[in-house]
Amino acid sequence: MSQKATIGFSEEQAQLLDVATSFCRDKSPVEKVRSLLTDELGYDQATWSELAELGWLAIAVPEELGGIGLGMAEVVPVVEQMGRALMAGPFASTTLAAQALVVAGTDDQKDNLLPKLCEGTVATLAFSEPSGSWDLDQVECKATKTGDSITLSGRKTFVENADAAAWIIVSVSLDGAPALVAVERSTLPEAALRRETIIDETRRSYQLTLDDVSVPASNLLDTAKVAAALDHLHLCGNLLLAAEMCGGAASVIDYTVDYLKTRKQFGKYIGSYQALKHPIVDAHIGYEKARSHLYSAAFNFAQQGEGEITTRIAKAESGDALSFAADRAIQFHGGFGFTYDCDAQLYRRRSLWCENQFGDAAYHRSKLAELMF
Amino acid sequence: MSTISEKELDEYRADASAWFSENTNADPDFMLPLTFMEVGTEQQFDFLRDWQNKVYEAGYLGANWPKEYGGGGLDQKFQDIATQEMGKHNGPIMLNAIGLNWAGPLILDMGTVDERQRYIKGILSAEDIWCQGFSEPENGSDLGNAQTKAVRDGDEWVLNGSKIWTTQGNFAKYMILLARTNPDAPNKYAGLSFFLSPMNVPGIETVPIRKLTGEYGFTQTFFTDARIPADTLMGKEGEGWLVAMRTLEYERGVKGGQPGGYVMRASDPFEIIDLARKAKRNGKPALEDPVIRDQLVQFLVEARSLQLNSKRGHIQPLVQDNPLSLALSSKLQATEFIRRLNEFAMTLQGQHGAYYVGEPDAYDEGLWQRGYLNAFSATIGGGTSQIQRNIIGEHVLGLPKTR
Repeated sequence: MSQKATIGFSEEQAQLLDVATSFCRDKSPVEKVRSLLTDELGYDQATWSELAELGWLAIAVPEELGGIGLGMAEVVPVVEQMGRALMAGPFASTTLAAQALVVAGTDDQKDNLLPKLCEGTVATLAFSEPSGSWDLDQVECKATKTGDSITLSGRKTFVENADAAAWIIVSVSLDGAPALVAVERSTLPEAALRRETIIDETRRSYQLTLDDVSVPASNLLDTAKVAAALDHLHLCGNLLLAAEMCGGAASVIDYTVDYLKTRKQFGKYIGSYQALKHPIVDAHIGYEKARSHLYSAAFNFAQQGEGEITTRIAKAESGDALSFAADRAIQFHGGFGFTYDCDAQLYRRRSLWCENQFGDAAYHRSKLAELMF
Repeated sequence: MSTISEKELDEYRADASAWFSENTNADPDFMLPLTFMEVGTEQQFDFLRDWQNKVYEAGYLGANWPKEYGGGGLDQKFQDIATQEMGKHNGPIMLNAIGLNWAGPLILDMGTVDERQRYIKGILSAEDIWCQGFSEPENGSDLGNAQTKAVRDGDEWVLNGSKIWTTQGNFAKYMILLARTNPDAPNKYAGLSFFLSPMNVPGIETVPIRKLTGEYGFTQTFFTDARIPADTLMGKEGEGWLVAMRTLEYERGVKGGQPGGYVMRASDPFEIIDLARKAKRNGKPALEDPVIRDQLVQFLVEARSLQLNSKRGHIQPLVQDNPLSLALSSKLQATEFIRRLNEFAMTLQGQHGAYYVGEPDAYDEGLWQRGYLNAFSATIGGGTSQIQRNIIGEHVLGLPKTR
């Protein structure tokens, strides 16, 4: 039983890769990344407006809904380059919220919300719960419908960019089945959002307490399409995290190699020692593999079956690649690596966030076992 | 050059398919070597030499090489089709690996017209078997330090020293030989020269080496005042290192120019799934063990990595950051993968992992066990994995040299 893995690259991907590479490098130098670590909002609004103007938020939204009409495959090079520059911001969360609406939004929701999201209105998903389940249909938060209103209860965790978001797509259990509700952040009670302390300081994450929150019944997404939307979002979330981690792996390896070329000990450049040279080569090979899987996943994303296999592989491999590269980056910077000033920690902390959202490597491999043999 | 029509290619494929279907004997009543490094018996050698000759005479080897030297003079596409059909029909390997893949391309690339006329046809027909004399007992990874001496004496070079890991050395008529012509050169590389040396001269002796599997396939070659003609020097005196490096580019698959066919039958890594389905560990099906399942997924993912890396290598925008990276790291990845995969195959078998080829109760005739031991030939030969990491570190990542 042979398996043939496939990969391809579109003209549009090539153009976006090219533009995103220089944009992210210019807009997100590491000094900028560091200055945003303590910023409450956590990202640069001028940069956000610019990337919205470039149309990046519209890439995977159909043309008739105000988008450009490409696919998630074309979002991948953009997020990869953002990851490479450690760029902060709600690009992925807004893209995912838009995908929720594309798949399961009612006509009104699509018409009203999608054009705004394409133009830069921030949105996010609230899917995780204290149980920590990565299976998106395992929802404990409740929704009760009474007349024209829906009352929510329960607690959501790891809601990225909730404070900046105008809209939050929340998963709930309605009549015993998963449902999705669009919640307008401005209608939330003051105490509904609490900022979480997370390991990746380039991000902003919140807990969302839904008790006593009610929304109009018209904010319910199409219940018949929720299952499909959750499957789609699970894979989209993983694809974008894979892209972000792959980009991160490329730059943390560059960062470390630069140090190995310039730092001397015992009269020699430390990069000439095989104890450092060989592991960084292994990290580089891990990155190259992950990147092949990333673009295989992008290429196959719309395919039933192969899309799921390649995406799960990409997430697992990118996570392993970035974690190993960043872990060794800290070690190979020696004493400096132990300081806050060394950038290696930024990547390692990021990998610990990214790996653990939407399923870690072991989780995906257990799913892949079912799919591959 | 006229363009080639799809029709032409289709017809060629149909002819090749018919020929291989008619002429392939993939399963004689003795075990065939899976790689050119495992030709251990006269029986295997004779069979494979006839086979290569037959394929060549039919036009399905070297179809892409120049007609004036014995090739088919066709576009590369035709040879690629022939090679694919050979694989589809499970054809045995091409025997004359060093000649076909290293010496031949090198002679076509850098050799004189006279050298091409003298050597190319015999390489393709398997009339002239070639071997390689690079590694020495004291200089395996440090090729540049080769000490076998060649001293000019009139119209001849006089050879003294020893080479090791000479694949098919006992069968070979010629050797591509790296020898030291100037011990006083300003650096070790500048003292080396490259020869297309005959093997059938007095003073050259080969002694078979028994591998860790108990089988044969390599020799050690001894030179004792062996005299070879002056015109066997390839390139200029003192340029041996450059020529050798060019040859290694062929060996490492960085350069094209090979005449087709294959010299190793890579077993399909996905066959590990079939083993996992039937294998039992500790009395239970291996696939019921969650740790085994996790590891098996990692191996299947790795197999896909190799496929995808080689495909991504052709997508220019996705390799422009580091154009050499995928090509230079493929040898390391592929060979280490095969070693670990075979090792894992034994883990799958639990207690049966201790059986070996010849034991009727062994899974898959013990081939995984032998495959594991043989896999070291590729992680050590052609530059060890450790040397490969130095090469990648220095040539891809730009790290300072290890000395």
